[in-house]
Amino acid sequence: MAGRAKVPRLPGLGLSSTVTLLWLGALALLPMAALVIQAAQVPLGRWQAVLADPRVLSALGLSFSGALVAALLATLAGGLVAWVLVRYQFAGRWMMDAVVDLPFALPTAVAGIALTALWGPDGIFGSFCKQFLGLDVAFTRVGVVLALVFVGLPFVVRTVQPVLADLDAALEEAAACLGASQLQVLTKVLLPPLRPALITGFSLAFARGVGEFGSVVFIAGNLPNRTEIAPLLVVTRLEEYDYAGATVLATTLLGGSLVLLGLLTRLQRRPGQS
Amino acid sequence: MSAQQQRMGVAAWIAVALAAAILGLLIAAPMAMVVGQAFSKGLGGWWQAVTDEETLRALRLTAVVALVAVPINTLGGLAAAWWIARFRFPGRRLAVALLDLPLSVSPVVAGLLFVLLFGTQGWWGQWLQARDIKVLFAVPGIALATLFVTLPMVARELLPLLQSQGSDADWAAVTLGASGRQLFWWVVFPRMRWAVLYGVLLTAARALGEFGAVSVVSGHIRGETNTLPLHIEVLYAEYHSQQAFAASSLLVLAGLLALVVRRVVAARLPKGAPHVH
Repeated sequence: MAGRAKVPRLPGLGLSSTVTLLWLGALALLPMAALVIQAAQVPLGRWQAVLADPRVLSALGLSFSGALVAALLATLAGGLVAWVLVRYQFAGRWMMDAVVDLPFALPTAVAGIALTALWGPDGIFGSFCKQFLGLDVAFTRVGVVLALVFVGLPFVVRTVQPVLADLDAALEEAAACLGASQLQVLTKVLLPPLRPALITGFSLAFARGVGEFGSVVFIAGNLPNRTEIAPLLVVTRLEEYDYAGATVLATTLLGGSLVLLGLLTRLQRRPGQS
Repeated sequence: MSAQQQRMGVAAWIAVALAAAILGLLIAAPMAMVVGQAFSKGLGGWWQAVTDEETLRALRLTAVVALVAVPINTLGGLAAAWWIARFRFPGRRLAVALLDLPLSVSPVVAGLLFVLLFGTQGWWGQWLQARDIKVLFAVPGIALATLFVTLPMVARELLPLLQSQGSDADWAAVTLGASGRQLFWWVVFPRMRWAVLYGVLLTAARALGEFGAVSVVSGHIRGETNTLPLHIEVLYAEYHSQQAFAASSLLVLAGLLALVVRRVVAARLPKGAPHVH
C-alpha cells in the first residue's frame, strides 16, 4: 500500500444516510416539529385554561393512572405467566405460549369490540360479574384498566421470559437448600436479576397504555369526567375545531409519558442492592 | 423430602392454573369471541358479510394504504438499519430516538400531527385548499398517518440483527472486491431476509388494522374514506355484530400470519436477540 490510504469504510453510507434522513425527516421529524411549534404558539393563558378544565384533568388523570395501574397488574400477571412458561413442563404449554402473542394479532378496534362484547352488561363475563360480584366492568374505570392489561400483558411476558430462561434454576434450589423461604428466594434470588426486564416490560405496557385508543374506547363508555380517556378528548376537541385545545392536551399526554418513561429508564439503570 | 416435593407440586399446579385462567379470560376469550361471532351464521354468513359491497370498498382502501406504507417503511427501515448499525456519525443516538418515537406517540396524537400540518388551520391547509389538493379526510392523509404509526417496525427488526451479526462478513466481501450492490444482494440481504419478511408482515398487519390515527384523519366518509377498522366500528355501532366480527376476522388473519412468521424468524435468529416490538 503506497502512501496513506483513506480510512476504509463499508459501501452505502451516502445512499443509506440520504434515504434515512429524507424518510425520518419527512415522516417523523416534520410532524413532531409541527406539534412542538404549534404547542409553543399557544399562549400561556390558554394552556392554563385548557389544563384547568376539570374534564381535561379527569381525562389525563384516567389515562395516566389507568396506564400505571394496568402496567402494574400486567407486570404481576405477566411475571407469573413468564415464570410458568419457563419453569414448568405441562401439557398445553406451547398453546399457552402462543396465546400470549394474540393481542399483537388483534387490531385495537377489534380487541375493543370483542372485550366489550364479553365484559359488557350482556356479555358472558360481564353479566357474571354483575350477578355474582355486583361489579360493572364495561363502561367503568375497571373496564379501562382491563383493556389496558390486555394490551400490555404480552409486552411484559415477552420481555421477562428470555431473561428468566437464562437464569439457572439451580440458583433457586441452592437458596432453598440453604434454608431460604419461598419469599426470600423470590425477593433475594429471583427479583434482582429480573428487575431490569420487569421494569422494561412495565415501561412498554405503560407507554402503550397511556395513548391507547382503539381497545379502550368501546369498553370505556366515554362519560366525560368519569370514563373519558385523554386520547378520546383529543379527538373530541379536533371535531370541535379546537386545535389549540387538542394540541395542549396532546403535548401534555406525550410529554408526560416521555418524562415518566425517562424516569423508568433511570430506575432501571440504577444497580439493585446486592 | 417427598412431602416438600408434593407441596411444591401443588404450588406449581396453582401457578399454572392461575396463568391459564388469566390468559384464558383476558386473551383467549376475546379471540374466540371474534371467531365465534364471525361464523355465527355459518360459512355462508361469513362470506356474505365479507363480500358486502361497503366492506369490500373499505377493504380496498385499507389495502391501498398498506401498499403505500409497507414499501416506503421497508426501504426506509433497510436504509436506517444499515446506516445506524454500520457507521458512526454525530446525531446517531438522536436518529435512534427519533426512529423509536412513533412507538411512544398515541395513535390519536399521530393523527393530530397531520391535522396540524394539513388541516384548514394547519401549516399548509390554506395553501392546499387554494390549489384544491385534498390531503386530510382523503387517502393521502390516511396513508401518511399509517406511515407514521408503522414507521419503526422494519427498522427495529433489522437494527438489532445487523448489530448482533457484526460486520466481519461485510468487510470480507468488500475486501474481496464486492461492489455495494453485490454486497447487499449476496451477503447482507440473504442473512436478514426472514427478519425483513417479519418486519414487512408486522408493518402490513398494523397498517391494515390501524384505528386511532386513521380515525382522526379520515373524516369518516362512508364508502370513501372509511378503512376496514373504521367500517368495523360503524357495523358494530349499528348492531351488525356478526358482520363486524366477520370483517374483523380478515384483519385477525393478517395478524396471525405475522405471528407465525415471527416464530419462524425467532427460530432462525441467533439466541439472545430479544424480540419485542
